[in-house]
Amino acid sequence: MPNLGGALLGLAFATTVVAAGLALLGRNGERRWVDRSRYAVYVLFGLLTVCVVIIEVAFLSDDFSFDLVAGHSSIETPTFYKLAAMWSSQEGSLLLWAWVLSIAAAAALYATRNRLREIVPWATAVMMGVVAFFTGLMLFAPDVNPFSSTSPAPADGVGLNPLLQHPSMMIHPPMLYSGYVAFTVPFAFAIGALITRRLDAEWIRSTRRFALIAWTFLGIGLVLGARWSYTELGWGGYWAWDPVENAALMPWLLGTAFLHSIMVQEKRGMLKAWNASLIVGTFSMALLGTFLVRSGVLQSIHAFGDSTVGPYILGLIGVVLLGSTALIVSRLDDLRSPKRIDSLASRESVFLLNNLLLVGMTAVIFWGTFFPLISEFFTGDKASLAAPWFDRYTTPIAVLLVLFTGIGPLLAWRRITWATAKRAFAVPLAVAAVVLVVLLAFTDAGQRPWALVLFVFAGFALAGIAQEFWNGASARRRLSGGSLPGSLVAVVGRNRRRYGGYIVHAGIAVLLIGIAASSSFQTNRDVQLKPGESTVVDGREVTYVRPTVDTTAEYLQFGAELEVEQEGGEPTVLRPSKRYFAPTGSGPSGIGSYFQGESTSEVGLKAGAGSDLWTAVSPNLTEVQKQSGAAERGFRECVRGAPGAPEECKALGAMMKRAAADPSLRPAALAQIAKLQSLAASQIAGTYADSTAAATFKVIVNPLVTWIWIGALIAFAGALIALWPTRGRRRGVPVRTEADALKEAKYREIRDAELDHAAGKLSDEDFAVLDAELRREAVEILDRVEGRNGAAGNGHAGNGDGAAGRGEAEKVEQS
Amino acid sequence: MPVLVDPQRKRKIRLVVALSAAVLLAVGLIYTSFSASTEAKEPSQLAAASPGTSYEMTGRVVPKSVKRDGDGIAFKVKDRDGKGEALPVTYTGTVPDPFRGGREIVLTGEVEKGGTFVGEPDTLITKCPSKFTTKKEDA
Repeated sequence: MPNLGGALLGLAFATTVVAAGLALLGRNGERRWVDRSRYAVYVLFGLLTVCVVIIEVAFLSDDFSFDLVAGHSSIETPTFYKLAAMWSSQEGSLLLWAWVLSIAAAAALYATRNRLREIVPWATAVMMGVVAFFTGLMLFAPDVNPFSSTSPAPADGVGLNPLLQHPSMMIHPPMLYSGYVAFTVPFAFAIGALITRRLDAEWIRSTRRFALIAWTFLGIGLVLGARWSYTELGWGGYWAWDPVENAALMPWLLGTAFLHSIMVQEKRGMLKAWNASLIVGTFSMALLGTFLVRSGVLQSIHAFGDSTVGPYILGLIGVVLLGSTALIVSRLDDLRSPKRIDSLASRESVFLLNNLLLVGMTAVIFWGTFFPLISEFFTGDKASLAAPWFDRYTTPIAVLLVLFTGIGPLLAWRRITWATAKRAFAVPLAVAAVVLVVLLAFTDAGQRPWALVLFVFAGFALAGIAQEFWNGASARRRLSGGSLPGSLVAVVGRNRRRYGGYIVHAGIAVLLIGIAASSSFQTNRDVQLKPGESTVVDGREVTYVRPTVDTTAEYLQFGAELEVEQEGGEPTVLRPSKRYFAPTGSGPSGIGSYFQGESTSEVGLKAGAGSDLWTAVSPNLTEVQKQSGAAERGFRECVRGAPGAPEECKALGAMMKRAAADPSLRPAALAQIAKLQSLAASQIAGTYADSTAAATFKVIVNPLVTWIWIGALIAFAGALIALWPTRGRRRGVPVRTEADALKEAKYREIRDAELDHAAGKLSDEDFAVLDAELRREAVEILDRVEGRNGAAGNGHAGNGDGAAGRGEAEKVEQS
Repeated sequence: MPVLVDPQRKRKIRLVVALSAAVLLAVGLIYTSFSASTEAKEPSQLAAASPGTSYEMTGRVVPKSVKRDGDGIAFKVKDRDGKGEALPVTYTGTVPDPFRGGREIVLTGEVEKGGTFVGEPDTLITKCPSKFTTKKEDA
């Protein structure tokens, strides 16, 4: 099987080259070449899928002839984690990268099969170049071929690190990788658009969905990582400004900026150079993230050993940055927009500000993350920056961003009149004022000015968004009657992008409230308690009732039963514990190793809407270790068959002697020893239940931390709404052409303006001007479509697209 | 909003204001990053360290050196390549899960008179290896 996989991987590499070649042959829009290159991409997707299946089957069937399987799994590894073990390794991650990119590329090319005929060939070539890079890396770089094998196969593997055995392992890494990878699609189409000078918003319309998917995946990955850290790592935090965390946050921030600024290009034809630069930056950051996880260049909890592929990825980043910059500079004339921002009080100018903030935040994080290298370059000494430095800069930026998530939705495109502004801002401002007064009067939020400001701004944003929903629903109701909830559903359903986006804003505001509250008002205590002793943490009496112990074949678990009593509340019992995993791999390694191996904290957590009570324990194993030392010596005596040793010992000793003579008996003898040691360890562990030694506890009272996860879920729901296919697409009816897409976009703009007008966001005069302008533009497009269709009977568009496209445009008009 | 300045000039003013703000912020950023950072050193470089200065120490925990010590733990750390003198370290507070002998750690703290490195609570970072290499590390 490894050989077959290796061959398929080689074939996949060849296919990328072929697909790119075919695409470039069709660079003048010649249909047959472009079609063939697309089919080659489908084939590539098939080949890489088979490669992934082969690896997963090898993991599931314990085929240790694969070095990858032997190095990251074992017979005892639970099936669930065997499936996830692939991406715990470097070579598996690379394969995952290539595979997910082949999915994204195939999907993107399928979606654009009848559009963007000039851009698609170049985009295909770029995407294939990236897949070729990663498959080539696996094939030709040392030590990263997922199909390298050893013969004869080892009897068992070393297993998956217990720290990685967490349900999040199944989703967290693939989500992050998928997020990184999916940004390749808009990047590739941007490059295609730059090369062909087709710099209108068409490439954006066709790939916006991929950018949003990438953004969503990356966001899910980040939040899951935070949650994992919070519940598993035993330090009680969810974010540490660790380089690898930062590396995932940076493309997410730039992606957020990109998702906003492309709207300005779509609606107003502005910011073209900015958008092209943003997507190049986002993609480079995604590559940088991949690089950092695997490189070991920076000190990080995620630095999974020293990598061999780092320099190559760095090389790719260099090529991407230099090539794209040169391309953008050479196209600057085409990227210039004749239009200007009309007024500071417009949605586009708020988008521009939010973009500057997001890019600024990315720059700060970039500087801080790479500071060790920067300072080494300038001063010769490596120096690093800790969390407070990051907080100092990111806090004000985050606070301003929350404000803009509130202001943006209240403004209309192009301009807003003073009267309209008064109407739109009255309620949110009133809510913000109430929030301020209430917080100052009833809480101690005043002690943390930044947090206080953030709460006020978040109140403003949430009120503004609620008002938008209200206005939209009432406007809809005035137009077509029905109930208010019905109108709400209808207006959201018909403007998914807009309202989905608003829901994301609400989610982010809630999430930031959670972050601000839990980081500013947290109580964090390390205490030593003996069984029966109590301590008071933030008004809660925490009593160490008794030590607990649990022994399984996989691990020994030492914990504590804590009783927590809050004034006027029911007492709750929390059971934090620490698991020590049994040594795996070949052969026994002593009783002591059962208490010193890999360990993981199981947090005792009482989550609540108001605050979380978080507890972790470091059990005091001094006594247990002493005993295990004695047992170890006893065990050796026993095996040696010292006088007076019990019968079992003599039997084991005899077995060992036989095994020494006959290697075929060795596995059985070793297994017997391991079994006895494990038994001894379990018995010794059992004595911990009577331990009276003081254990160390970490107790954290974390206010509002639950709202981080809730906010993330809200944002995720909003992203789903925004992503949900529109009705026409779901039915799969139309085959769309570029002109039709342009037309549809213009219709949507007209509808947007009508909704803004109906919801009172656009004054009558402004709407009159805007509407006339938009309708004139629409007529121009229609004229062009008609003209082209009329003359296109013999042209390259003569494939019946026109009629189907028109059918859909009508549908759009109806909705 | 009625604005009386001609638009060309207004744009220029805006650009200048934005650029100077950006430059100011960047200078502040660079200045604070150099003053707020902690120097990263390996144990062998800390022998000559001055007491009272905070360092970020990166090194490898010497296997079998981890002992319980009152409220905290005491252990020894060598350079990441395993060379040089072992540096005695004390640390109070909860220890991260992956921490044990043989692991690479990052710890912020000061060198005291006796040559012991005293770590600040909550600054101990232990690297999480993706490979489960029990055999090579032995605790």
